[in-house]
Amino acid sequence: MQTIPINTYTSPTIILELIYRLKVKDVMTRNLHAVTRDATMREVQHLMREKSITGVPVVSAKRLIGIVSMDDIIQALDQGYVGDAVEYHMSKNLIVLEEDMPVSFAISYFDRYRYHRLPVLSKNKELVGIVTTRDITTRLLWEINREVENMERMNQETLIIDGLSREVTSFSIMKHDFENAGFASTEIKKRLKKSGLFPRTIRKAAIASYELEINLVVHSNGGRITAEYGPQEVTITSEDRGPGIPDVDKALEKGYSTANEWIRSLGFGAGMGLPNVKSVSDSFSISSTSQGTLVVATVKFSEKEIEMMKSYQKENTDGEHSKGS
Amino acid sequence: MANIAKVAEALGYTVVTMKDPERNVSGGYAGDLLSDVMGHADEDELLITIQGHKNTVAVASLLSLTAIILCNGREALQDMIESAEAEGVAILQTQETQYQASVRLDGVLKALK
Repeated sequence: MQTIPINTYTSPTIILELIYRLKVKDVMTRNLHAVTRDATMREVQHLMREKSITGVPVVSAKRLIGIVSMDDIIQALDQGYVGDAVEYHMSKNLIVLEEDMPVSFAISYFDRYRYHRLPVLSKNKELVGIVTTRDITTRLLWEINREVENMERMNQETLIIDGLSREVTSFSIMKHDFENAGFASTEIKKRLKKSGLFPRTIRKAAIASYELEINLVVHSNGGRITAEYGPQEVTITSEDRGPGIPDVDKALEKGYSTANEWIRSLGFGAGMGLPNVKSVSDSFSISSTSQGTLVVATVKFSEKEIEMMKSYQKENTDGEHSKGS
Repeated sequence: MANIAKVAEALGYTVVTMKDPERNVSGGYAGDLLSDVMGHADEDELLITIQGHKNTVAVASLLSLTAIILCNGREALQDMIESAEAEGVAILQTQETQYQASVRLDGVLKALK
């Protein structure tokens, strides 16, 4: 029997996020063809042919009591008991899913057991649907398509140098792209290290850019992190395309978080993101509507640092060929 | 001065990667919430955690932490190991809990002083 080739532990994070975010109820078929215990095997055989299905659940007052598979029918035809009621020949040893389980459960069940379909129960144990491997792969392909489309559209970095010789780097950040989370802030940190700033300043800017970047990954529909390297400060700007922060004051409170369980299991959602940014910034502003959120955080350099940077840059450029001024 | 090679040896933990055995170890910080680590851990410290994925390396690298100690037998994912190698962050692994690792590290650092 074929397994679903997705490892529920080491697959890429986008896939893991998908199979945890999608619930069994998002992939299952709700359109059920079930029979009661007194139906005959023959009736089930006709139902299978009519509806082109290969397994029929048997219910009693909405409770699942068994399943009749194509194999059971073949057996019945072969042994000549196809006129019997299903309750004597159905499979009673059932593996079931619950509708609120993540799809990752369904995948590991299918890979572990030989069944082609698994019945789905609601919280109050009523039969509400049925899932086949095909349902899962179809939905996953659909979702993966969408993610890849997003990736193709957004994964570029741009470098602009404006008229004031302020260097500006800008990074596209995708929603839920934990794979690359931290890339923009690492690049910003490397750039600051090159200018010979104090470790304390670099650390502050690294914290601000990292938290803003993670916020875009965790909460936004995607956006952009921009770093402007001025002579006296570095300014980090985070812009996104929504959905917006409903209560900005709350978001600035330590420990307040709207992250879901999956995000928390990765170690995010401590409710320290924006408070961290604010505490390391010399100036900080935030505005948010449903159209998007804009955060601007500036880390200023100290007098001493600016002096040191000047001599550091001089030393560095003296050794190189003239780059033009 | 305690370097990571000496500390790792004294702790007896499995070394998953250690590109730069000479890196200094100044202390430790225990935590699983990355923003909390971001706000509190300091340069050259060891991060004691159960988060065995790439984002932990990003945090360690941004804060210039020397190493990550994965506790409770948590395994490092392959892409985590790769990015730790690229960033020069060491990864150690142990069956011990974060509490036990913290206590042990404190003892080792005092002994190596």
